[in-house]
This record gives sequence, C-alpha cells and structure tokens, in this order.
Amino acid sequence: MVVWSEQERSIINSIFASLDYDDIGPKALCRCLIVYPWTQRYFGGFGNLYNAEAIQTNPNLAAHGIKVLHGLDRAVKNMDNIKATYAELSVMHSEKLHIDPDNFRLLADCLTIVIAAKMGSAFTPEIQATFQKFLAVVVSALGKQYH
Amino acid sequence: MSLNKTDKERVKAFWSKVAGKADAIGAESLARLIVVYPQTKTYFAHWKDVSPNSPNVTKHGKTVMGGVANAVDKIDDLKGGLLELSELHAFTLRVDPANFKLLTHCILVVLAAQFPADFTPEVHVAMDKFLAAVARALAEKYR
Repeated sequence: MVVWSEQERSIINSIFASLDYDDIGPKALCRCLIVYPWTQRYFGGFGNLYNAEAIQTNPNLAAHGIKVLHGLDRAVKNMDNIKATYAELSVMHSEKLHIDPDNFRLLADCLTIVIAAKMGSAFTPEIQATFQKFLAVVVSALGKQYH
Repeated sequence: MSLNKTDKERVKAFWSKVAGKADAIGAESLARLIVVYPQTKTYFAHWKDVSPNSPNVTKHGKTVMGGVANAVDKIDDLKGGLLELSELHAFTLRVDPANFKLLTHCILVVLAAQFPADFTPEVHVAMDKFLAAVARALAEKYR
C-alpha cells in the first residue's frame, strides 16, 4: 500500500495543476525516442523519425505525447489506488500494444528531466523525490498485469 | 552503445559551457542523490551530517564532479584514463555499481534544471552515453 503524506499530495497536485500538457507531453515523448532510440520500435506508423529534428517536428508524435501525458491525470485523481485505476491500461499495454514495461521507466525519466528543465531551481530535491515516487507507482501499476 | 565522434564532440562542447559551474552541479547532484534515493546514504554513515546542504555533501559533490571533468579530458580512453579511480572504487570504496546509474540520473536532472536551453535531447543522449561509459570504466576492476 502506497502511503502519501499531505505534502506529497500537494506537490503532485501542484505540478499537474500548472502543467502545460501541449508543451511537456510532446517534449517528454520526443526526448524518450531520441535518448533511447530503441523505443522508436513502437512508432512504426507515425511517419518520419529519421533524426532528432524529424522526431521533434513530427505532428503525430506530438499529439501522442499529449495523449500519454493526460493518461497520468487519472493517477493524480486516484493517488490512493493507482494500481486498480490502471489495471485495464496495464492489460492494454501488455496484450494490445506489446510494450516492454521497462519503457515506462525510460519515459518517466525523460518526463522528470523535461519538468526539471521547465521548473529550474523550483524543482527542488524534495519535489524531485516526490515526483519520482509518483511516477514509480504509475510505472509499477502499468506493469502489473503483464504475465 | 559506445561513444562515437559526434557524442564526444557534443560532450566536450556542452562541458565547456557548464564547466565553470562544476562544483555547484556536483554538490546539487549529490544532494539530490541522497534525498531521492535515501539508500545511498549508507555510503556516508561515517559523516555525522548527511543532510543535503551539509559541508560534507557539498565538498564531496565537488570531488565527484572533478572526476567527471577529468573523464571529459580522458574521453578517448576512459578505461585507461580512469584506471586508478576504478581501482579505488573496486577495492576501497566498493560502491555498488547500480548507484552509478542513480547518480547519473541526478546529474542529468541538475543539468536540465540549470541549463534548460543547452540541454537539448541531442546533448542529453550524448551526456547519458558518456556518463554510462564513465560508470563502466569505474566498474572495470570490480571483478
């Protein structure tokens, strides 16, 4: 059972309340495909991913980044029950999308770095710890239904 | 996943931009490591004060970053250039190599936070590869 302090809840809610999804979503996904190029294997139908510039200007990828980032909204609203909240999504990622769950961790790391770039010194070590704790729970929940 | 010519050029170019702040980057990276990954504090049990802003952490962060700066210099032969440091980590410090990844991540977060415009995805992948190569060189003598 994941336990959240009042401060941790407040930090997570605050980050997502002021999040520019249209900016951060594409940045996080594109960074993941550039920094960990093997993740491109899941985007065969998305068009030109030939180099960093192509990736960063690909409209399909940008739209998908926004969609994936909004996928975190339900976890923010259900912090005490993320595992159950994402049970169906986990099944989908396993059985329909066939995504290696290690990729969730890679994307989470890229999201952390994009948020750090946006927030600068406001992204304190304590806030980083809380954000990474949140993402770790999400990543674990998404991998739960794989067998 | 070894460093190619472009990686090395990117690392050197980016490092020349950030080298002036190396001490602060090191201190902040180490502070983040012990806050975000509290298990890493086990390596600093000999310090009375292991709080993120303590003098020990600040000083040690500077030492570690000095090692990274040295590695940039030795980028064409990390195994040879970091031989002594590898022996230190293998026989004396015996830091579990899994922790190198954790510190690498914290260094990347600090670089992103302090140099958002320069820490582009291309620079990010080059630095990630470089720090992974440094970690491999440091673990060379472990077994």
